[in-house]
Amino acid sequence: MSDETRLTELRQKFGRQPAAPDETTGAEPTPREAQPRFRGLESGHRACQGCGEALAARLVMECAGPDVMVANATGCLEVFTTAWPESAWRVPWAHSLFENAAAVASGMEAAMKARGRNTKVLAFGGDGGTYDIGFQALSGMLERYHNVLYVCYDNEAYMNTGIQRSSSTPHAATTTTSPAGRERMGKRHLKKDLLSIIAAHHIPYAASASVAFPQDLQRKVRYAMGIDGPTFLVVHSPCPLGWRHESRLTINVARRAVECGLFPLVELERGSLTNVMPIRDQRPVTDYLQLQGRFAHLFGDDPRAQQKRDHLQALADYNVQVYGLTGAGPDPADTGGAAAVGRSGVAAGRR
Amino acid sequence: MSQRINLQGNHACALGAIRAGCRFFAGYPITPSSEVAESMARELPKVGGTFIQMEDEIASMAAVIGASMGGMKSMTATSGPGFSLKQENLGYACGAEIPCVIVNVMRGGPSTGMPTRPSQGDIMQARWGTHGDHPIIVLAPASAAEAFSETSRAVELSEQLRVPVVVLLDEAIGHLVETVDLDAIPETPEVWRKWAEGPKQDYEPYAVTDDMVPPMSRPGDGYRTHTTGLTHAPNGFPTQNPAIAEAALTRTTTKLDLHRERYESWRVRQCDDADLLIVAIGISARAAQAAVDDLRADGVKAGLFRPVTLWPFPEEALREVVASSGAKTVLVPEMNQGQLVLEVERVLKGSAGTVGLGRIDGEAITPDQIAGKAREILG
Repeated sequence: MSDETRLTELRQKFGRQPAAPDETTGAEPTPREAQPRFRGLESGHRACQGCGEALAARLVMECAGPDVMVANATGCLEVFTTAWPESAWRVPWAHSLFENAAAVASGMEAAMKARGRNTKVLAFGGDGGTYDIGFQALSGMLERYHNVLYVCYDNEAYMNTGIQRSSSTPHAATTTTSPAGRERMGKRHLKKDLLSIIAAHHIPYAASASVAFPQDLQRKVRYAMGIDGPTFLVVHSPCPLGWRHESRLTINVARRAVECGLFPLVELERGSLTNVMPIRDQRPVTDYLQLQGRFAHLFGDDPRAQQKRDHLQALADYNVQVYGLTGAGPDPADTGGAAAVGRSGVAAGRR
Repeated sequence: MSQRINLQGNHACALGAIRAGCRFFAGYPITPSSEVAESMARELPKVGGTFIQMEDEIASMAAVIGASMGGMKSMTATSGPGFSLKQENLGYACGAEIPCVIVNVMRGGPSTGMPTRPSQGDIMQARWGTHGDHPIIVLAPASAAEAFSETSRAVELSEQLRVPVVVLLDEAIGHLVETVDLDAIPETPEVWRKWAEGPKQDYEPYAVTDDMVPPMSRPGDGYRTHTTGLTHAPNGFPTQNPAIAEAALTRTTTKLDLHRERYESWRVRQCDDADLLIVAIGISARAAQAAVDDLRADGVKAGLFRPVTLWPFPEEALREVVASSGAKTVLVPEMNQGQLVLEVERVLKGSAGTVGLGRIDGEAITPDQIAGKAREILG
């Protein structure tokens, strides 16, 4: 069966057809209407209220699918999407282990290639499975140049096992294994700058995205899907349980992380910075921190609290400076990010 | 003031290790053992110890080995899949004779399996998980209090014998909250490994001594040493000389035979006149205890033999109990498809009939199940 026939079959299977020109007026369908209906991640899964990861996965799948197969690392995503006897996935999907999503995806991709198929392989992991235990497999996959899009849903701790710190946990956040107290003000180390390490593999495309900017996120997925080679996306995905914020605030929290500079949205091609989401009015980091219980100890009487807040502000300012985030352009908050990005890049080459 | 506290099995492991002088923990989150790491993250800083969360289980085990070589009592905790990742490093620790403690809280397997469900599927992995012939001690607590005392004992044994010691809990014991009287657990004098002493030029890191446990050199004490995962001669350097290699391997694999009395531990309950003997560990032994009471109330002479030291298996003790009680049948309830029963069969060599009873559905084995099986056997 040719890829074209199979795609048609998939489109039929997933319901709404790409719209044809209107029978009476002859008007062409809008680009949106021309999209086949594919929800990516079906509703009814068991994610917590306000789960950023569930939203991010749906946004990614919506524009990556349906002609994909997924290797999913151990984590919340795997657990909540596949509660017996139901699956939220409508694509070939396999959960394997914690440390090996990138390696399993490498094998899947090699097999598809050997069979002459163009189906894109996606690998999904959380920050634990990407920054920490799966890091070696990911590096190998990138270096061997597998045609895989790896998406890391970054909620900045091991949430599935009960909120332990990871190398993605931000400085000063409290977790069960970096508890804030007399000895320490939460995690004492810095959040690992994974994207720079990924970029150092000189892969065609690596980017950061946020659930607060869905258009931007989806544009990045589409761009990555069009590339024949390894691509990487890290999506900032708040976890109301682990970050201890109200579940209705997920998008607000994620948006403020971008607007204060702590989670810069950037794109790198072959190791070079090609684009960033500009920030028109940089928020103070405290706007972001104060929404979350994991930073509550930074707002108490402890004299170290001010130091930690200053440190986090300095980290945000560093991001703003090094990525040139204060460039001109429409504020992403006005447009959901869709209008704020152009491939020429406001900061291209600045790094 | 009596220290009666409600303690979870996993927390008890952490506190027990600290009481025995463990001051270094490297771990990685995995259900159902994460509470051991969380406890250590809270408690170790209070006593000047070090907690490190590593990037995976391989690194956790390696860091524990490094810390032990650096002169600290060290421990890690994990569950089935993580225990598998640790196995290569564990083999290194066995071969290079590095004292360390590994807590493995068993969950349903294989692979990710049933992470929140109890199992006893790692009985064989605990003994034979790593490669090659190797010495190892495995302790199997059956209560929160025992999780405390046995983890303490694990730290001591690993120090005394320069051998990795595994504390094997099942999820049910790991998460069981029981009132524990810490005062009732005897304080023992702190035990350290034998450190190198005497003339520096004579020191050999793997010297053959009477007790087969060579003294370790403490970094900074000035003893020249050589540590390697390659098969090594008494001077520590790698060798493929057949005679030396055989002697070196024989010493490490047989050193435990010399010290059986130090580590062997088991409990018996109503075994004197038992017609039917039950052999079980962990939560299965708790259920078996209730089954024994139930059967006795019915006039069935049942008894329980519970290995606390699971490996090396207390074989002489079991043979004696079977011989002295005259039990005709031995029932082995366990939460797997039959691992402990194989060892019991090997030990008894047909001197009593051996019947296995497995449960692998993610639920804890129940007293009714065991008593029912016993009645079925006895007709």
